[in-house]
Amino acid sequence: MMMVVVASADESNSWLSRSGHFRVSYESDLQPIVINRMHSWVLIVADGDGVPVTGATLSIAGGMPAHDHGLPTSPQVTRELGPGRYLLEGLRFHMNGEWQIEIAIEAGELRDVAVIPLQL
Amino acid sequence: MRRMRQLLLLLLIGMAGYFGWMYRPVSPHPWSEADLDTLRSLWFESLPAPPEDLSNAVADDGRAALMGNRLFFDTRMSANGEVSCASCHDPDLEFTDGRHKGRGIGESKRNTRSVVASAYSPWLYWDGRRDSLWSQALSPLEDPNEHGSNRMHIVRFVTTEPTYKSMYAALFGPAPDFADSNRYPSAAAPGNNEELARAWRQMSQQDRQSVNRVFANIGKAIAAYERTLLPERSRFDDYVRAVIDDDRQRQQAVFSNDEVLGLQLFIGAARCTECHNGPLLTNDEFHNTAVLAFPGDLPDRGRIDGVREVIENEFNCLGEYSDDPQHRCPELTFVRTDPELVGAIRTPSLRNLARTGPFMHKGQIDSLAGVLEHYNRAPDAMIGHNEAKPLGLSRPQLRRLEAFLETLAAPSSR
Repeated sequence: MMMVVVASADESNSWLSRSGHFRVSYESDLQPIVINRMHSWVLIVADGDGVPVTGATLSIAGGMPAHDHGLPTSPQVTRELGPGRYLLEGLRFHMNGEWQIEIAIEAGELRDVAVIPLQL
Repeated sequence: MRRMRQLLLLLLIGMAGYFGWMYRPVSPHPWSEADLDTLRSLWFESLPAPPEDLSNAVADDGRAALMGNRLFFDTRMSANGEVSCASCHDPDLEFTDGRHKGRGIGESKRNTRSVVASAYSPWLYWDGRRDSLWSQALSPLEDPNEHGSNRMHIVRFVTTEPTYKSMYAALFGPAPDFADSNRYPSAAAPGNNEELARAWRQMSQQDRQSVNRVFANIGKAIAAYERTLLPERSRFDDYVRAVIDDDRQRQQAVFSNDEVLGLQLFIGAARCTECHNGPLLTNDEFHNTAVLAFPGDLPDRGRIDGVREVIENEFNCLGEYSDDPQHRCPELTFVRTDPELVGAIRTPSLRNLARTGPFMHKGQIDSLAGVLEHYNRAPDAMIGHNEAKPLGLSRPQLRRLEAFLETLAAPSSR
């Protein structure tokens, strides 16, 4: 039997951090995302109530779990564009397959990690 | 005795069956939609024009390419008057040299990579220790094993030799006058040669900068020529067109069954396109695939050293000799430097592969069959860890894969 889960639009395009403190989504300036092209994302960070999280410190890690390697670049959040909207620069993927982007978020007393899966 | 004969007969029949099965003719499967997407992504027609080089204002200036072409084949910049860029990057060998390691005045550390299509790569050299074609072009000139020269000699030569002097002035404006031997010694360069470095340190900072500026411009002219060295269509590209057009007759005329099966392995079970992807069949990234050092050689630290060198290089994209006032250098700005890069080596293009052996970063493997055998086994790395996993392909599969790789041959335009 196949189970079909229909998520709300909001939930299918955003990811809850591991301890549930934040909800993260992104917009890519490269559409569709293809391999071997340097590009940027805007990360959108909200709290559990959907209120934008401002002034957070975001650091990025990730890679391809199946290949046991990290990201080919060292992407960084360079500025906050507006409330809860963070510019993430320096992304490039060099293989097709399953990627994971881990975003460590620090805002006030709260620390949490959100993982965004990406299939290329 | 009789029993022995029976056993032998059985063994013979068994072996015949086994080899018959191994080498049986196999018909290729038709391509799926996903395969078609992959084939299209590898296709020559998907290759865009080379990306702009904002750090080089003359990158696409035909006059610079002309000057660069002359410089590329000119042996007068070398210490012994016998070495030019073309000594290792021979146009008749796809701009490689057919040697295990490059040979100028001495022997280089690594295998000579082709210059063809190098305009597409954000990184140069096997370890990516330069981040532009022009900064790369400067490096061999001062390498004691290659041209063995020094920047003071080179800028003086180019700015006084009549043809180069006028070509230079037309492109960059009149060059500074380096005639005053009190300010400009006959030989000087920063680096490990103590005599040259002392002469270099004794020059004023301003004079060093004006020498560096002219030196950088010479590299920019060479780069303008190198940017014109582009690959051509291969038989593989004709086959992809025939697949896209669904022209079965043409497909069969262009590719043998073995080549089709080899291509199926290439994009499938052999996992080649994990790194050899895009129309140049390279992701231009750094991977540790455990290619062993020559006996007696230390294992190559690869990218982990290359990345340190490019960050410190005075001619890098963020340095003062870049022509982009905004210094837009996303690759260098967001470069990774972590220990995973130990032993990682930059993926080469596979276009024209068969003509560019010996293979790998130090020319460790002489034949394509040997390279495929290496990836089929995926041994442990001497340093770092091998990202590749054993493939477990059979002999006939490896043979088909090799047959496919040979279809990537195509002479470059010159």
